Amino acid sequence: MEDILKSYEPVIGLEIHVQLNTASKAYSSDATSYGEEPNSKVSPITLGHPGTLPMLNEGVLESAVKLGVACNCQIREVNEFARKNYFYADLPKGYQITQDKTPICNGGFVEIKDANGADKKINLTRIHMEEDSGKSSHDIDPFNTLIDLNRAGTPLLEIVSEPEFKDGTEAYNYLSEMRKLVRYLDISDGNMEEGSLRCDVNISVKPKGQKEFGTKVEVKNLNSFRNVQKSIDFEIKRQVELIESGGTVTQQTRTFDAGSGKTQVLRAKEDAHDYRYFNEPDLQPVIVKEDYIASVKRNLPALPKELFAKYRKLKLSEYDANLLTESKELASYYEEIIEHTQNYKGAANWIMGSIKSYLNERAASIAEFPLQAKTIAELQILVDAGKVSNSAATGELFKALLEDPEASPSELAQKLNLIQESNEDELMAFVKQALSKYPDKVEAYRNGKKGVQGLFMGEVMKLSKGKADPKVASKLVTQELEK
Amino acid sequence: MTQFDTLTEVQENLKNGAFTCAQMIEAFLERIEKHQNLNAFVEVYAHDARSRATVIDAKLKHGTAGKLAGLVVGLKDNIVYRGHKVTAASKMLEGFESLFSATVVERLLEEDAIIIGRLNCDEFAMGSANKFSHYGPVKNPLNLKKVPGGSSGGSAAAVAAGLCHAALGSDTGGSIRQPASFTGTIGFKPTYGRVSRHGLIAFASSFDQIGPFARSLENINLLYETMAGPDDYDNTVSQKEVETVPPEQNEKPRKIAYFKDALTSEHIDKEVKEATFEFIEDLKAKGHTVTGIEFPLLDYLVPIYYILTTAEASSNLARYDGIHFGYRSENAHDLESTYKLSRTEGFGAEVKRRILLGTFVLSSGYYEAYYGKAQKARRLVSDKTKAIFEEYDFILSPTTPHAAFDISAESTDPTKMYLEDIFTVHANITGIPSVSLPLFQNSKKLPFGMQFSANSFQEADLLNFAKNFINK
Repeated sequence: MEDILKSYEPVIGLEIHVQLNTASKAYSSDATSYGEEPNSKVSPITLGHPGTLPMLNEGVLESAVKLGVACNCQIREVNEFARKNYFYADLPKGYQITQDKTPICNGGFVEIKDANGADKKINLTRIHMEEDSGKSSHDIDPFNTLIDLNRAGTPLLEIVSEPEFKDGTEAYNYLSEMRKLVRYLDISDGNMEEGSLRCDVNISVKPKGQKEFGTKVEVKNLNSFRNVQKSIDFEIKRQVELIESGGTVTQQTRTFDAGSGKTQVLRAKEDAHDYRYFNEPDLQPVIVKEDYIASVKRNLPALPKELFAKYRKLKLSEYDANLLTESKELASYYEEIIEHTQNYKGAANWIMGSIKSYLNERAASIAEFPLQAKTIAELQILVDAGKVSNSAATGELFKALLEDPEASPSELAQKLNLIQESNEDELMAFVKQALSKYPDKVEAYRNGKKGVQGLFMGEVMKLSKGKADPKVASKLVTQELEK
Repeated sequence: MTQFDTLTEVQENLKNGAFTCAQMIEAFLERIEKHQNLNAFVEVYAHDARSRATVIDAKLKHGTAGKLAGLVVGLKDNIVYRGHKVTAASKMLEGFESLFSATVVERLLEEDAIIIGRLNCDEFAMGSANKFSHYGPVKNPLNLKKVPGGSSGGSAAAVAAGLCHAALGSDTGGSIRQPASFTGTIGFKPTYGRVSRHGLIAFASSFDQIGPFARSLENINLLYETMAGPDDYDNTVSQKEVETVPPEQNEKPRKIAYFKDALTSEHIDKEVKEATFEFIEDLKAKGHTVTGIEFPLLDYLVPIYYILTTAEASSNLARYDGIHFGYRSENAHDLESTYKLSRTEGFGAEVKRRILLGTFVLSSGYYEAYYGKAQKARRLVSDKTKAIFEEYDFILSPTTPHAAFDISAESTDPTKMYLEDIFTVHANITGIPSVSLPLFQNSKKLPFGMQFSANSFQEADLLNFAKNFINK
């Protein structure tokens, strides 16, 4: 089978719907929300009552331009809206306001890793603005379908990729990248479980080298990145097996059943809708001017790709740089630490070490971490100045700060008696005292028995009650012994 | 108390104590009662109107009344009013009450107009005779055997019969001007985008426009100026400032065009033709330049209109699906039967005809041949029309090809019915303002109007020019 699979080439494209986190809906002033009392965020506009007209939320436009700029798309100047007509119980107007022939973004690309970890560019076809439908629940009431229109009219961006994915892993990586991006841009929470990021897959297979595409199947209702990946891998196999056994792939929409790991037919092509798109006469075209795009570009936050490059330049390892840019929150926490200290590696170590393990233990996110970035920077500065040993800083002092997050690290170190002695004059007194205690060992050292240095270090630490900065003390001991 | 054509006369009487608003409302209510046979009103807001009248009487006493104090207005049953029923004369919306008021309603109320009720019309404003109403046909007050025109037939009849001072209608293809012509009233359609459509039950969004009916230009102007202007709730409304109509009459010679071919058509009644040509001669005699011009796109106006309006209507009326509000069939047992039965039972024949037509012209495989082409043609007509206004101030035509016809006249051929709109649709296709003036009467004592259209946003000039023909 493996060999047969290799003789086929899958053609896979993704359509992602990103629910925007604007405060109000796309075409009304209703609040957007998740988990509210059903049908509580519905004005006459959302309900499609007679006489209502849509009003465009400027925030939607801004989000679209942000994402377009971040994905290197061409941004359209004259944006028309269109109506996509179909009947469904959770679509109150009987049409969805979307964009048809004039999507706000054309072209562009996203960089991902392929299954072997090599860089790959996924080109985008388009990104357009539209509105969400309400939600139908078929499993709450045994006799009725229940409808919640809170979600109706919530703004969405639909991102359509070119059919350039070769397998489920690439799709998975693309989705992760896209989620990271929308979160960095702060235009969506990108949460697939809550439905704020949704993905449909278009997939066909063809014998390797063949120019024309095979018949396309659409897979819908995918609720996790893993399921997207699995459904693709399943579909590739299903379609190849079907063709190999003499069958033909028919155009249909399928759904993925996570339990069995299989896709199932949802509807055949004959049942496909004729959406009768036409220009939305209730909205004037929106003009996006060059200077508007430029100002969005200027105010764009640093993107993961840029931060990754920056961290590599700061001499962090690829691993560290990757981890730090995983989420915007983590990266900005790191950014804030290094505003106060130039020890970039040290700052990264704090996050990868003490902080990560704190968060992992509690399954918490960086947003819930009690210490300010500045506090971590201060800890690092104490260590770098030799005032507190690294082990005391990451151990006792860190713990104490977690108990009292508002405390100043240096004051707390003082209180806990963790300040190291690094004053050479004071340390010299201890060193001299230690040397004078064991004159024979001094002699032995000078006769070549260098190993006894440890004994003097131990004595200095004892005399200083453990507060001697080992680096300085060691230097002084050597210096005195070498005299 | 109900006989005055201008608000100035009403307000003078209120001021000198001849009668109060409250007394005047009683008189109107009585008159409405007496003319029930017209079937103009769908619902009379007697209680509302009485209490508003009392409030406004008090305001008048204290000198705090708005500029429309004393004006009694009826609303076409497709303009929503918070807490009041509105049905677009359709079974589909029977019992439906609006949660908000149309912008025009709010603006009228702010200036202390009194809304006395809602008026019969063709279902969802689709029709030219007011015979396609769930509430039955409206009769023409000038001859009860005749139609009042449509779709704003109730509005026209109520104003003509003196059941209110003025009324609001909506004009998608002539639905204000044609009934105005049939009832001897003034009907005015402002520029598309001049008056907010927020709260107007949509028929064809890129054509619909709210406008007033009245028996005087003064009342037309007042209503127009009160309603027009930017509105946050309608994205298609122009941000342009509203020019007020100058008070003085302007007799200076103007350049007027008319479409030569339109007046030679065999569909036009002989008396209408004669009157129009006489009127043209009269204009010339008064020093105006009147020129018959070619308009080769004339034959395409009605097809463009019907393709595009039905396409938009098919989408605008999709929301009436029996799910969220409005009529739901009792025989429905699942989603699909809810849609099919509710819409089959809830809509009348003409509405269904137009939804089917509109769905067809938008469907894949036919879109380019119909909708796509019609849109291009609309653009051409607009460009040509703009070019005309570079040379001329106004376009003149009869409003309707004939005077009101018999209610009993069977309209078996809908396409013939659609030719009723031949003169009026031009203004809706291009968005220009257009007014029908009650200047003529035929040998059977039935009125018919003369229509003047101006370039977009030239309402002030158009209404000022109209003063040359109507002196109140």
